[in-house]
Amino acid sequence: MATATPERTVTPAGGDDQQLNPKARRSVGGTLLSVLAWIVGIGFFFPILWMVLTAFKQEADAYTTPPKLFFSPTLDQFRAVFDAGIGPYLLNSLFATVVSTILVLVLATPAAYAVSLRPVKKVQDVLFFFISTKMLPVVAAIVPIYVVVNDIGMLDNIWTLIVLYTAMNLPIAVWMMRSFFQEVPKELLEAASMDGASLARSLREVVLPVISPGMAATALICVIFAWNEFFFAVNLTAARAATVPVFLVGFITSEGLYFAKLCAAATMAALPVVIAGWIAQNKLVQGLSFGAVK
Amino acid sequence: MAEVEFDQASRIYTPGAKPAVNRLDLIIDDGEFVVLVGPSGSGKSTALRMLAGLEEIDAGQIRIGGKNMVGVASRDRDIAMVFQNYALYPNKTVGENMAFPLKMRGVDKAVQQEKVKAAADILGLTDYLDRKPRALSGGQRQRVAMGRAIVREPQVFLMDEPLSNLDAKMRVSTRTEIAAMQRRLGVTTVYVTHDQVEAMTMGDRVALLKDGALQQFATPAELYDKPANVFVAGFIGSPAMNLFTLPVGAEGVRIGSSDLALPGSLHSRISSAGQDTITLGIRPEQWAVGGDNGDGAGGVKAQVDVVEELGSDAFLYAHLDDEKQTPVVVRSAGRSGARRGDQIALTPTSEDLHLFSPETGERL
Ligand SMILES: Nc1ncnc2c1ncn2[C@@H]1O[C@H](COP(=O)(O)OP(=O)(O)OP(=O)(O)O)[C@@H](O)[C@H]1O
Ligand SMILES: [Mg+2]
Repeated sequence: MATATPERTVTPAGGDDQQLNPKARRSVGGTLLSVLAWIVGIGFFFPILWMVLTAFKQEADAYTTPPKLFFSPTLDQFRAVFDAGIGPYLLNSLFATVVSTILVLVLATPAAYAVSLRPVKKVQDVLFFFISTKMLPVVAAIVPIYVVVNDIGMLDNIWTLIVLYTAMNLPIAVWMMRSFFQEVPKELLEAASMDGASLARSLREVVLPVISPGMAATALICVIFAWNEFFFAVNLTAARAATVPVFLVGFITSEGLYFAKLCAAATMAALPVVIAGWIAQNKLVQGLSFGAVK
Repeated sequence: MAEVEFDQASRIYTPGAKPAVNRLDLIIDDGEFVVLVGPSGSGKSTALRMLAGLEEIDAGQIRIGGKNMVGVASRDRDIAMVFQNYALYPNKTVGENMAFPLKMRGVDKAVQQEKVKAAADILGLTDYLDRKPRALSGGQRQRVAMGRAIVREPQVFLMDEPLSNLDAKMRVSTRTEIAAMQRRLGVTTVYVTHDQVEAMTMGDRVALLKDGALQQFATPAELYDKPANVFVAGFIGSPAMNLFTLPVGAEGVRIGSSDLALPGSLHSRISSAGQDTITLGIRPEQWAVGGDNGDGAGGVKAQVDVVEELGSDAFLYAHLDDEKQTPVVVRSAGRSGARRGDQIALTPTSEDLHLFSPETGERL
């Protein structure tokens, strides 16, 4: 080492330049790229920021152009939204989302196992069947669904939504979970079975911890889809079982002139998903980049 | 502890295709260390996995301690396996990994702890019991995998190339440790490797497979000294045995233009076989090297291509003076001064040369 250091100082300047230049160029390029990324990011984020800010304004402040950035925040609009009766809708949404997501995970996990680690015969056909259920436009399916639901007297019932949301998310969940299962080395299961674990136990004690990031990612996707679902909800529910998106639309019609109040309602509709995403963030990143960082 | 028997055991992955393991017959004694060795794709892993219950036994039987294992689940076979990639449970600590087989068998918590501690002591893992596998080096992971196998005191240990992810030095030291541990525990062990050095140094007996068929099942010494066929002869030993298929002459065999006189006993073995051609096997150390100054008269002429100097001895890679320029490997004393391009004369030194039938490849 002692001899190497002086040698380096006498290297011709050209050599040093060649080492420095790319680095310098990279940092200029990097800065440009991050500026661009910030601009794009803010561009996407701005409407949401505007929505959240407006939700905390008085109606009078909500209409100024350019929008006021400094104002005295108020919770009046949120109070007004609650007074308008969002509460039951929130509860309906929450119930439908949580129960359908749990059902999806309970059903999708064994299904995904059967199309990945210990594949059944005709795996390809089974997988195609799952995904094919998503090919029919919901709009085309709604009439028969409506007729059936009506005939069995389940209109405006939250369990109808739960069944539909479960069915709607199941294929996606099976496909997602399958890819996570496929990342699990099959030797883990073999080792567990040799160590004396039953299939159920080796799945629970060995495989599930490994794929838990994937399950979190799957669950979050299901939560988002179920929470935001509008079409079934608006067509199949009325006063008792309606969910937040239905409320929001009704709210726009009745209170369309009150921007701040609308923004407060929209913020409340968006918030749970954002919170769920935030909680699942770590797992989610792990889950979505599962193969890459393993 | 138990005896393990493969009785005409076969595995056919795809119906109609060649079996991956074909009518394998092995009787492994209680407490014995048996190595399955063979080239890639020869069915070693498949044979081991059949014993483990991870592959079907499509024909024949496998018995452990006299009990037929066909249709018996892995977890009921009382065996433990060390996998090539170790298959440690990534979300469990080292201690939990090693305790897992005990936990699954409902062993008392306190006993679990005790056994894990004892195994960790033996393997030098005591300081790592609370770590996750990903925070361990390859060698440490390998030990954890060993630990998970030994805490259970199973009837049989199975190991599928457990050293192949270690560096060369670790491999040599771990090799000795595994062999020593097996002798101390006295548990019947079946060990798969494609490395003939591992096979020769670790096994009480070695089973050599090729294309799913057993070639020879014998002690390392017997495998080396009395290979059952040409394949075994070529596989065991490094550098490989020289194999020549030659016409039989009056006093021996003819190599190229010269007659190679063979020791009397060998010659009578050839005559009694009644063949006009014969496959002759000569190990690199079974040659004596003479120079071209005439002291090797009567020997086979060859020209040196490469000299591999190992210190204590040297390997000469040469070709014979015949029209095919048949390659030949010779072990000579170290620093003998042999150089590329040298003419040498080779004479077989030993009466224990190997004779095989050119048609069947079987030992004569
Ligand atoms: N799941 C499988 N399906 C079909 N064929 C297989 C399967 N597993 C192995 N084979 C075939 O069986 C033969 C034996 O394979 P095996 O893995 O036992 O070889 P091996 O001796 O362990 O080789 P290696 O030293 O490369 O590990 C090979 O020809 C292989 O292609
Ligand atoms: Mg193998």
